[in-house]
Parts: sequence; C-alpha cells; structure tokens
Amino acid sequence: MIEIRGVHKSFGHLEVLKGIDLTVAAGSVTVILGPSGSGKSTLLRVINHLEKVDRGHVRVEGELIGYRQVGTKLYELRERQILEQRRDIGFVFQTFNLFPHLTAVQNVTEAMRGPREAVQRKALELLDRVGLADKAASYPRQLSGGQQQRVAIARALALDPKLVLFDEPTSALDPELVGEVLDVMRDLAKAGTTMIVVTHEIGFAREVADTIVFLDEGRLVEQGTPAEVLDSPKHDRTRAFLSKVLV
Amino acid sequence: MGFVDVLTSIPQTAAEPERLTVVPARHPWRWVATAVALVLVAQLAHGLITNPGWDWATFAGYFFEKSVMQALLVTLELTFLGALLGFLGGLVLAPMRLSKNRVLQSVSWTYIWVFRSVPLIVQLLFWANLGYLYETLQIGIPFGPGFFHFETKSLVSSFGAALLGLALHEAAYAAEIVRSGIVSVDQRQLEAAAALGIPRLRQFRRILLPQAMRAILPTAANELVNLLKSTSVVYVLAIGEIFYQVQVVYGRTGRVVPLLMVATVWYVILTAVLSVFQHYVERHFNRGWRR
Ligand SMILES: Nc1ncnc2c1ncn2[C@@H]1O[C@H](COP(=O)(O)OP(=O)(O)OP(=O)(O)O)[C@@H](O)[C@H]1O
Ligand SMILES: [Mg+2]
Repeated sequence: MIEIRGVHKSFGHLEVLKGIDLTVAAGSVTVILGPSGSGKSTLLRVINHLEKVDRGHVRVEGELIGYRQVGTKLYELRERQILEQRRDIGFVFQTFNLFPHLTAVQNVTEAMRGPREAVQRKALELLDRVGLADKAASYPRQLSGGQQQRVAIARALALDPKLVLFDEPTSALDPELVGEVLDVMRDLAKAGTTMIVVTHEIGFAREVADTIVFLDEGRLVEQGTPAEVLDSPKHDRTRAFLSKVLV
Repeated sequence: MGFVDVLTSIPQTAAEPERLTVVPARHPWRWVATAVALVLVAQLAHGLITNPGWDWATFAGYFFEKSVMQALLVTLELTFLGALLGFLGGLVLAPMRLSKNRVLQSVSWTYIWVFRSVPLIVQLLFWANLGYLYETLQIGIPFGPGFFHFETKSLVSSFGAALLGLALHEAAYAAEIVRSGIVSVDQRQLEAAAALGIPRLRQFRRILLPQAMRAILPTAANELVNLLKSTSVVYVLAIGEIFYQVQVVYGRTGRVVPLLMVATVWYVILTAVLSVFQHYVERHFNRGWRR
C-alpha cells in the first residue's frame, strides 16, 4: 500500500502541490489525469524522492520515503539510503531515458545485483515478457520508440519493485506505436503490479484503472472508479478537462 | 502545358525508371587543383632530396642512435605520465567544479585559472627552484607537528620537477575537457540512473563517463599531442628528452638542421601513432551511436 499524506511542494514562489492525500492499494492501478502544469510529474517524482517535499510524507508499504522518523521529527536520509529505497520503486519516463551506450539487456541488468548468470537470465526473461527477446543485443538507437519504451519498462521491473510509476509513457510515441506499450502495461496490471500512471490515454484508463484521480492546480479535485470520474464527474474542472480530451 | 498535362506526363517516366541513365556531374576545377598540388609536392620533395643542407646522411646516422633512443624514451615517459596524472587530476577537478559545494567549486575554479595562466616554462622553473623556497618538506598535521621530513632537493629531482609541472599544467586543461564532456551528457541520464537507485560513484563511472567520453576524446587527443610537444619545453631543466638531446648533439657537431629533423620526424611519428590509437578508442566509445 502507498500512502501520500499532506504533500506540499513549491518551486520558488510557485506552489505546485498544495496538500495531496492519496492512498493506493497494493496490486491496484491508479491513473492520474490533469491538465498540463497541474503537477502530475511533480507528484510522481515526489513519490520516489527525485523531488523533496516541503511538507507531508510518502510511505510505500509502511516505509517512509526519503526520511527517518524520530518522535515527531523527520530526518532526511542520506543519499545512499534514498538510492536504496528507490530500488523498490520503478520509474518509466516519457522520454524513455535508456542508456544509449548499453545494449537493451545491459540496460536491464545495469542496476541488478546477484550472480551474473542469474541476472542475465532474469533480464532476458523480462525482455521476453515485453516482447523483445530478439532485441537483447540491440542498442537503444537501433530500436523504435515503442521498443525503447518497452525496454525501459523491463528495466523498471528488473529490481522487483513494489510499485511502478509511469510518467506519460506513450506521449513521445508515434500513434501506431502507442498500442504495443499499452499492451505491455495492461499485462503488468493483470499480473498484479502496483502502478501509478500519468497518461492522457483515456481508453486505457477506463479499461485498466482501478482508481482515477483528477489533479488540477496542485490539488486532487476528484477521485473514484473510471465510471465515476469519466462518466459522471462531479467537478466542473474535471468536466471541462474531459470534454477537451474526449473529443 | 496545362496542369493536367503535367500530371499525365509524370507516370510515363515513372513507369520505366530502368530506362534512365545516371551521368555524374563533372568537376573540371578538381583536376586543375590536383595538378597544381602535385607540382607543389614534387617541388618540395625535389628540394628536400637535392639540397645538401638537409644532410640526410647525418640524419640517418642519428635517427636510431642510442642517446637519441634514450631521449625518446624520456619524452614518452614525460608524455605518458604527464597525461595520466593530468587526466586523473582533471577527473577530480571537473566534478569539483560542477559540484553544488561552493568551496569545492571555488578551489577548482581557482586552480584552473592559475594553472592555465602561468606559462609552462615559467612554472617548470618555479618547480625546479622549489628547494630554494622550501628547503624541507614535512608530512604531518596541518599547521601542527610534522612526522616525516624530506630534503626538498632529494625529493624533487629535476625529472620530478618537470613531471610535476607538466601534470599540474595538464590537469587544468584536462579538467576543462572532462567538464565539457560531462555537461554534454543529457541530465535525464543521471535522473534515470538515480531512479534505478544506482550508487553515485557507479553513476559517474558507468553512465556519465562513458557518454562523456564521446565529447572528451577528440579534444583529449588534441591535448595529448599538445603535451607530447610541450615536453620539449622541459629542456630548460636540462632533462635529456629528445629536443634537449638533439641540441646537445648539434652543440657538439654543429649539424643543426639534420638533428632538428631527427626530433621533428620522431614527433611526427609519435603523433601518427597517437592518431591511430585515438581512432580505435573513439570507435569503442561510439558504440551505440552507430547504427
Ligand atoms: N524543477 C522545476 N523548477 C521550477 N519549476 C518547475 C520545476 N518542475 C516543474 N515546475 C513547474 O511546476 C508546475 C508543474 O509541473 P509538472 O511537470 O508537475 O506538470 P505536469 O502536470 O506534469 O504537466 P505536463 O502534463 O505538461 O507534463 C509547472 O508549472 C512547471 O513549470
Ligand atoms: Mg509531466
């Protein structure tokens, strides 16, 4: 279970997150919708502590992310410990961010630990799972955008994370490549992976999400099942947003 | 011809592409330029062979001569060690300059500023005269008692002084070369590495540096060639590298030009070897960028 409690975040004078509370059940898929600049990426980055919060906290399966609690005080962890915590949280970027000097399989194994052979075998299994067993020796530049993003997903799964975060994983892709990435994500959801997904793919959200939350100007204005949020939104903001993306 | 005619005329040619023959463009001026260049090269070669002033017999006699070979080795040593120490220094100074810590930043900035400002030859003379400034050196607690004492003159030989000067000088340049490589890498690469929980040092070594190398290598190779030639400056410390050695020989024999040619040709050969080496190293670090 992931608990986000009272998270505030500002960049200089700009308050981007204005008190976010969200609970994500283990094994569930949460889709975050919201207009550009509403703070979706920032929220995801706060969850794995790529961004520090000003107030509030995040817990992943009870473990406080980025801090250690002593009484009522939160002490920031040292970088080593934060890096260690991130191994439990996969992150898939809009721009893939594969390591261009490493092959697909090397990208997947880079952060893995353990005996070489076991690591290699597991990486190949993961590539197979995203349908790229035959591309293990290819460099990112030799792959299409959709293939690169699938390698990135395999890389994010390599550490058996408790949670995988997706920040607009299909936004940088040509339309005909979106489907192959969403298919992989759909399989992950079926297999019980806990996922938080920022996306504008409403069809995917409707089909796969257990919960949809709508973020606007740093606040969670609405939250519910796909049917609740997509078909009978309560807030004007949500309605206005959906009328734009559901044309 | 109307628009419709144009449209209908296209399929006719497009239907039979095998009928079309390609005629390469002619470049008459290329032939002229080639002829001029060949004449100039022939003249130069003729001059080199027939002018007795070059004295090729003396050149040949000294090219592989023992003292010259030893001096060549010293040149290679100074280049290799200077580059090694210099680039190790650069690998420390560049991240310092890019760090968030103001003190580290300023120290690195000042170092680069000072060591790039002082001419190498001036610096070398300073290091050679270190014994005059500090007669003994000691290792111990800063500003406190010392445990080990050294005579500066015995610790810093003239070779040591030369190497120290070259390495310190080189480190300043290497720092900038490494820094330019680091900033050329997309910041998102480090973010991806951080998101995977890869430890800081490993991020630098496995993710950042291999990508930075693409930008570092061409300029680093340039700097290495520069260093190879800069080693000739240490002749002021009477160190027997190749330039000093040929001077010794022509001081004795008076055959200046052929001996300068001995040093020149060796520098040219070493630079060629470095270029070949550079080619293969660059190819290694370009993997993943070629299709
Ligand atoms: N590092 C930063 N420094 C300053 N401002 C930032 C920074 N990162 C984000 N912001 C600002 O915070 C706000 C929210 O950004 P965020 O990237 O979270 O939006 P988003 O909802 O993901 O938008 P999009 O759909 O366009 O990706 C924006 O106004 C953005 O300009
Ligand atoms: Mg975003």
